[in-house]
Amino acid sequence: MRPERRRVLAAGVAALAGAAVGAAVLAQPQDKVIRITARKFEFVPEDIALKKGEPVVLEFTTADVLMGFNAPDFKVRTDIVPGQVARLRLVPDRAGDFEFFCDNFCGEGHETMSGKIRVTA
Amino acid sequence: MGRPIDRREFLQLAGLGGAAFASGLAACAGLGSAKQDDFYFVQLSDTHWGFKGPALNPDADGTLHKAVAAVNALAVEPDFIVFTGDLTHTTDDPKERRRRLAEFRDIVGALRNRNVRFMPGEHDASLDNGQAWKEFFGPSYYSFDHKGVHFIAIDNVSDASARIGEGQLAWIKADLAKKDRDAPIVVLAHRPLFDLMPQWDWATRDGTQALELLTPYRNVTVFYGHIHQEHHHMTGHIAHHSAKSLIFPLVAPGAKPKREPVPWDPAQPYRGLGFREVDAEVEKAAYRITEYPVAKA
Repeated sequence: MRPERRRVLAAGVAALAGAAVGAAVLAQPQDKVIRITARKFEFVPEDIALKKGEPVVLEFTTADVLMGFNAPDFKVRTDIVPGQVARLRLVPDRAGDFEFFCDNFCGEGHETMSGKIRVTA
Repeated sequence: MGRPIDRREFLQLAGLGGAAFASGLAACAGLGSAKQDDFYFVQLSDTHWGFKGPALNPDADGTLHKAVAAVNALAVEPDFIVFTGDLTHTTDDPKERRRRLAEFRDIVGALRNRNVRFMPGEHDASLDNGQAWKEFFGPSYYSFDHKGVHFIAIDNVSDASARIGEGQLAWIKADLAKKDRDAPIVVLAHRPLFDLMPQWDWATRDGTQALELLTPYRNVTVFYGHIHQEHHHMTGHIAHHSAKSLIFPLVAPGAKPKREPVPWDPAQPYRGLGFREVDAEVEKAAYRITEYPVAKA
């Protein structure tokens, strides 16, 4: 493996570790967990129904390549590394429909890989 | 971050009507008569060789050839030509990626001017950290001097997460350290270095760090691609100019809920596609941009 590639992977793993640790610290036992699979080139599920003010933990896995989850309206993102579980705790502070997308270029269909968080009051 | 350039400012800066744009700290004084060391270069971007999609470009196999012919037909030969990334359309197949890169290289080999600089886009480089691209075109980031202007080509695409990375940022810092704070500096990149539309992937995750390195330098202008349309923006005193694509245009930032291409209009073929020439007035660190259509309608 080329040294540069190793560095990129190491950085990705380090970022993930940080995100997972942060989420583990923040997550509460009673939080609802929503499991999301990222695969070429979709999130399953791609529609996530949440309630305003109700905390959830989003749990991501992928069997493909390095992916990303980014929900800019809530200022949260994480890398999704094959073989690992990435977790994000989210407390929606407003109702509405909000886009999320993959923010690590993952292949031919990357640019359409997105979904929606639907928050009801 | 920064501010868009408004219509009033655009009109104040424009030198030759709607097709031209002036950039640089001294631009308001206007571009004077050409001096010996003034020069111009041509920027082409986002050719996406290998793309198939008749609804967006029924001449996907011919547009790049037309652009090469149009550049060769310029009345005065440019000093050099730069391609600011997405030379090829992405493919998950490494063999097909190399085939597309080879075809692209062969097609642009018909350019009369042999001083051609290449840069990768995420479609070329993000799936293998730039490995195939480098086999064809060499280092993915570099700098060079031309007639008193210092050019820095930044790679913000080989890392799939759209980062320049600490190693390259350190190289940029060291490269800049050799230059006077008043030196004219032109940065070439594929993605915008500022947060144009992060939700549309129109950003560089650590672009702010690059801009912080550039900010102490008083004469910096950035030319980039990626967003398939002309766009002008200021972050502080640094001007950012994106170029049109040579495959299909994308809608304006925020014009639609999602990023989407503009469909081909048979009544106006090649609309929104093109390349540009950049006239550099070195003494004033001023740049006049003139947009050209890829083919006459």
